[in-house]
Amino acid sequence: MTVGIHAFGGYVPPRRLQRAAVVDANAWFAPALKSLGRGERAIANWDEDAITMAVEAVRDALSGAQRDAMAGLFLASTSLPFADRQNAGVVAEALQLGRQVRTLDVAGSQRAGSSALITALQTAAGGGGPVLVVAAEKRSARAASALELTSGDGAAAVLVARGDGVARLLGVATDSVDFVDHYREQQQRFDYSWEERWIRDEGYLEIAPVVIRRALQTAGVEPEKVDHFCFPAAAKRVADTLAHKVGLRAGSVRDNLQQGCGEVGAAHPLLLLVHALEHAAPGDVVVATGFGQGCDALVVEATGELGRTRPVRGIAGHLACRRADSNYQRYLSINDLLTIDQGLRAEVDKQTGLTTLYRNKEMLLGMIGGRCRACGTPQYPKSGVCVNPDCHAVDSQDDCPFSEQGARLNSFTADRLTYCPDPPAYYGMVQFDQGGRAMMDLADVNPALELVVGQRMRMVFRVKDYDRARGFRRYFWKATPD
Amino acid sequence: MATGIRDKVALLGMGCSRFGERWSANAEDLMLEAFCEALTDAGIDKHQIEAAWFSTAIEEQHVGKSGIPLAMALRLPHIPVTRVENYCASGSEAFRGAVYAVASGACDVALALGVEKLKDTGYGGLPQRSRGAVNDMYWSNMSAPGAFAQLASAYRAKHGMSRDDLKRAMAHISVKSHDNGAKNPKAHLQKRIDEERVMNAPMIAEPLGLFDCCGVSDGSACAIVTTPDIARGLGKADLVTIKAVQLAVSNGTEVQHNSWDGSYFMTTRVASTRAYREAGIDNPRQAVGLTEVHDCFSVTELVTMEDLQLSPEGGAIRDVMDGVYDADGAVPCQIDGGLKCFGHPIGASGLRMLYEVYLQMQGRAGDRQRSATPAFGLTHNLGGFPHQNVSSVVIVGQADA
Repeated sequence: MTVGIHAFGGYVPPRRLQRAAVVDANAWFAPALKSLGRGERAIANWDEDAITMAVEAVRDALSGAQRDAMAGLFLASTSLPFADRQNAGVVAEALQLGRQVRTLDVAGSQRAGSSALITALQTAAGGGGPVLVVAAEKRSARAASALELTSGDGAAAVLVARGDGVARLLGVATDSVDFVDHYREQQQRFDYSWEERWIRDEGYLEIAPVVIRRALQTAGVEPEKVDHFCFPAAAKRVADTLAHKVGLRAGSVRDNLQQGCGEVGAAHPLLLLVHALEHAAPGDVVVATGFGQGCDALVVEATGELGRTRPVRGIAGHLACRRADSNYQRYLSINDLLTIDQGLRAEVDKQTGLTTLYRNKEMLLGMIGGRCRACGTPQYPKSGVCVNPDCHAVDSQDDCPFSEQGARLNSFTADRLTYCPDPPAYYGMVQFDQGGRAMMDLADVNPALELVVGQRMRMVFRVKDYDRARGFRRYFWKATPD
Repeated sequence: MATGIRDKVALLGMGCSRFGERWSANAEDLMLEAFCEALTDAGIDKHQIEAAWFSTAIEEQHVGKSGIPLAMALRLPHIPVTRVENYCASGSEAFRGAVYAVASGACDVALALGVEKLKDTGYGGLPQRSRGAVNDMYWSNMSAPGAFAQLASAYRAKHGMSRDDLKRAMAHISVKSHDNGAKNPKAHLQKRIDEERVMNAPMIAEPLGLFDCCGVSDGSACAIVTTPDIARGLGKADLVTIKAVQLAVSNGTEVQHNSWDGSYFMTTRVASTRAYREAGIDNPRQAVGLTEVHDCFSVTELVTMEDLQLSPEGGAIRDVMDGVYDADGAVPCQIDGGLKCFGHPIGASGLRMLYEVYLQMQGRAGDRQRSATPAFGLTHNLGGFPHQNVSSVVIVGQADA
């Protein structure tokens, strides 16, 4: 029985921090960073984290109809918001995968994404699929560090199941080596890293070739037959040197997305794989790798299905949907790297009643409203009495999902009084095409593009509020210009 | 068939504290200030008051819950005191309770008093607070200006209006109210402003600038009501009687059903229709000689004039620019300065509006006095947001009107 990738997608936040702005601001202290000053990196907004970006990547990969068939959801990241509350469970709830889905967080290494994928493929091969594998990362880096410039935020998702799918698995290999090029203890915000030259010579170039060769042998693929070689290191020319060392064709080395996105941590192996699949032709062989305390390598072959199953936007689509941002100070502030005066309005208590949250979790996390059996009116939230003034039927509503419904903006404002980490706070009345409406926060509004009544909106899953006093965050859906 | 409360109840006395940043006053001080004026005006002893209704909205900011703070501040003789809260229309709710008590015959003299001490938050604007455990989890993180600003975007879309035309009419509203407030010693803001200053003010919530927003103040206002017969028995002439008290409360249609376009107040249309019927008014624009409406924001006043059926739909801008609602216009609006200049001590505002109408009807409004005393005056007190609110309309008038 073969096993393969059946769907794939990704998410890269639209805001791109211009590296030149970072380098210029820090030149007084770290002039050597100038060598990293070209291009831009993707940065998550204040209301995005590994959970929300994972949700977006899965939505990019899947059409809604396939969701109820999922047997598993593995979420890989080293920046999961919760240490003890299953993060994958929040993603599954937002996606309404059903309570029988086997959810699992995979963490602890930059290899988490590729290892989760290998494990999922093996699970599916054993009859435990289909499994969604999603890797997401919101990178944390000190101001004026090299990592701040080379890293990026984003997510990627693949669906694995029995059958060839769009890319059939040919072989895998893994070596586990406690090679500590960097580390981050629990409770620490930032990595502690060793010298780059050592990481390259003793790490990438010694550990990876062995694994890549073994994966190719397992797959029965000659090195020169590889069409797409993905290696997630940010450092220049590492992938080229590796390809040369293993005997891969020079032209097979794929762009590491350093110029337009940055290296997305544990999600980067999947990001590069998804990006490669977007560009692969049927029959192409793709080698995906992950590096961190050892190395993972997977060899897959694209099938004729590839043309029929595409992500909604994919990595390429998300990379093209960009908004240049030179406001380094804003980046620092929303990532808690700079303490700006938030004002007294930021002090409002955001305690979440866990009973309240649990009782309303479908409404809040899944954006499930109601549809009246008597008159057909969709409404959000679901309630005991139908809102239609000509109906008002009692206990008449079935569950009605809203998160994938198209919508238009009915009214809006840009509020500079209410607290928002990135003012002004945009919100407005959003009206769904199927019926129903809600007064919602708006996300990722570009102030340079004027909002207009009637414009198309779509839903995105975001952090609604942070409860900093208790270390909690609550999630809800927001509307963003489509 | 209910007959309504028209002419069953009369205003016996009213009082209003000075509104403003009353740094040295507690809520209890403001309550006493308003009450003493009302009691003197009524010409009765406080032991003649048989029941009281007390309105505050953000009680955790000052007096705390229940009717006790009123009873204690005024040392009321163990009479029933009901504390009411209905968002920013709380003051009119206290009044409704007192009027209904007298109209029903349950008591002869009743008190309605509202107060709010807002300036103890440490920041400008209304206090930010929870809106309910579940609501906080999905409602947008709205401020009041942000919620009301959306009227502008929907109104513009509906009537095909440019931002500048709307903004100019909104500015006229604020300039007019400041002109009026400048003549009112009890107003918080007593300075005139000009249109350019309004148009160029810092943005609070697009398109509402600083001068499109009402002030934030401390204050208290109070009404003592009785039957017309008792009032006459106490020697009162030129009685001002209650013609209608109506309240309409959103049931979710606006925020959840697509039949509302966001450009008007569904509740105000309902409440005003009921109020005109109760008062026996067929043609509001001709009959109503004076209005005090809930001008929390300039755009609120603008669309409210349509919802009260004083301007035709889409016609408020023309009426505003023609001066219909100016102090010397056909139907003055906020002749006392309005929320714009009094600010909005939430529990007090509805009663503060009524206080000015009462003074005008009795010819006691000083520099602001209209030459012709209106037969009917209207107050409109709104709480909540355009998409979810309580809207109160009270009509008072000369006893023989």
